[in-house]
Amino acid sequence: MASVTLDKINKVFGSTHIIKDVDLAIGEGEFVVFVGPSGCGKSTLLRLIAGLESITDGELSIGNQVVNELPPRERGVGMVFQSYALYPHMTVYENMAFGLKLAKTAKETVHERVMATARILQLEELLERKPKALSGGQRQRVAMGRAMAREPRILLFDEPLSNLDASLRVQMRNEIARLHKRLGSTMVYVTHDQVEAMTLADKIVVLNGGRVEQVGSPQELYQRPATKFVAGFIGSPTMNFLPARLIGADATGCRVGATGLSELTLPQDASGHAQGEELTLGIRPEHLRLTQAQGSEGFEIVNVEYLGNEVYVYLEPKEGETLLIQRGEAPTAWRVGQRVTLVPDPEHVHLFDAGGQALSVTAARAVA
Amino acid sequence: MTSRQLSKFAARAGFWLLVALIVVIAVFPFYYAIKTSFTPSSDLFRVELWPTRATLANYVQIFSQRSFLQAIFNSVLVATSVVFIALLLGITASYALGRVRFRGRTSVLLIILGVSMFPQVAVLSGLFEVIRALNLYNNPGGLILSYTIFTLPFTVWVLTTFMRQLPLELEEAAIMDGATPWVTITKVFLPLMWPAMATTGLLAFIAAWNEFLFALTFTLTDSQRTVPVAIALLSGGSAYELPWAPIMAASVVVTVPLVVLVIIFQRRIVSGLTAGAVKG
Repeated sequence: MASVTLDKINKVFGSTHIIKDVDLAIGEGEFVVFVGPSGCGKSTLLRLIAGLESITDGELSIGNQVVNELPPRERGVGMVFQSYALYPHMTVYENMAFGLKLAKTAKETVHERVMATARILQLEELLERKPKALSGGQRQRVAMGRAMAREPRILLFDEPLSNLDASLRVQMRNEIARLHKRLGSTMVYVTHDQVEAMTLADKIVVLNGGRVEQVGSPQELYQRPATKFVAGFIGSPTMNFLPARLIGADATGCRVGATGLSELTLPQDASGHAQGEELTLGIRPEHLRLTQAQGSEGFEIVNVEYLGNEVYVYLEPKEGETLLIQRGEAPTAWRVGQRVTLVPDPEHVHLFDAGGQALSVTAARAVA
Repeated sequence: MTSRQLSKFAARAGFWLLVALIVVIAVFPFYYAIKTSFTPSSDLFRVELWPTRATLANYVQIFSQRSFLQAIFNSVLVATSVVFIALLLGITASYALGRVRFRGRTSVLLIILGVSMFPQVAVLSGLFEVIRALNLYNNPGGLILSYTIFTLPFTVWVLTTFMRQLPLELEEAAIMDGATPWVTITKVFLPLMWPAMATTGLLAFIAAWNEFLFALTFTLTDSQRTVPVAIALLSGGSAYELPWAPIMAASVVVTVPLVVLVIIFQRRIVSGLTAGAVKG
């Protein structure tokens, strides 16, 4: 168990700058998830921590030790790969014992640790099998066992569930969560699946284009996204974005107008912004209410998806291409072709400036 | 029988006739060599498909020659040494060429391929000088060196191609487990590369076993010769007699090890040895 500290980490491959000035503190025993779209640098960042890639600039510490120049085996990290990468010619036991044997561990200790790891992961029955005789979920567990057997200070996971089918993925997700509770070790987990990130993480790191967009608990990221990118990335179905104009601002909040919506009084502090400035209004599907519109007012319903426990209503936007989504309880009376007005819940509306930064709530309203 | 059935039957018959023809053309020379090896010298020029008076005299004759036994020993020594050296160098070179990123990797590979394009005769005189300078003339060492030079490009190419197909994550997993490149090669890659090694090793062995030109040029005395040269230099009772029957017997004797090797290793040459390494 150890903490990890990243200080202005940079990575350059040839002429591409992949990781840009990443600062991050990972506490002891924390489960941290790197999430972001493909190509955002999340896997590269993990590989930098593992030692599989060299750090171009910046300082990486594990515990209190700077490990920039240390090879992977001396960093005390274990890694689970996306494709498992089990040694196909070795049995499950040999796979898990390989690292220990290379570290010249005494034979009894090797046996003890492998057996202990196998017990935790319920692999005792499979120790004599070769990887090809295992199912996907079992291979996944062996891969974790191999990473754990050397008792590393940090466990790294590189999209470990993306090769599994949907039901197995949910099951393994649970197993990983329980494993973390039982071992209490520091874990860093990379995924592009925001559901995995939300369910597993103590702390989510959202990456975009090699930069950290926001670091926080799943609740923080969901309720108070710092940027439009995070707001759009976290949550499913995704947040609705509407172009809006600033009408006025005072100490307790601001007033905003958006096409198709009535004027909104919001708690955000817009004192730094000019009247009439273009903003983006963000509202999650579950924070919208629909009411019957008069005549040709409001938005047209273009699709209604019934999911059993809830209903997604898709609306034709006034501007842009992306359909607006409202999420409500099932059953619903709304039908395709009806016209509705949107009633957002002002407490849950987000405002973003032209640069994509979220406007924070005024001090007066935050206290209340 | 309808005309459709008839034409189907004719097509099948034609197909199998063609197969039979190809088999006969391919196998007949070997059959005739084996047949001749059991024929007494006096019957050699009687055309027959089956030896009427089969005899083992030819085999007894070649095995009673000390120089022939010595030649077999030399061939085994040279061929196995070539295979061993070529595989050792080939595996390590293929790791460097297949896995380590460095400047000029493609050029190195192209040069290796280019070297193997030269015909043996073109380098014969130059190689002769090299071997004399190294004091390896009339010595199995000279043959091992020259065969290795000609086998290595092919070995390196095949092994490099194979090495590149092994998943990169496998190597990274080994690195995370604390393996050095040498341990990664010997403990992780080597067991997975058996099919490729069996194939290239076998081909290297056959090439070294059957090679004639270098073996003739770089050896002088009977005691240093390899089998192909020894067979070619088998002499009959007089200068006017070519001892066909003993030559055929010797040829059969030296072909058998190759056939046995192929049969042993063909089971190794199976794909799917990496199954289970990656993906579900």
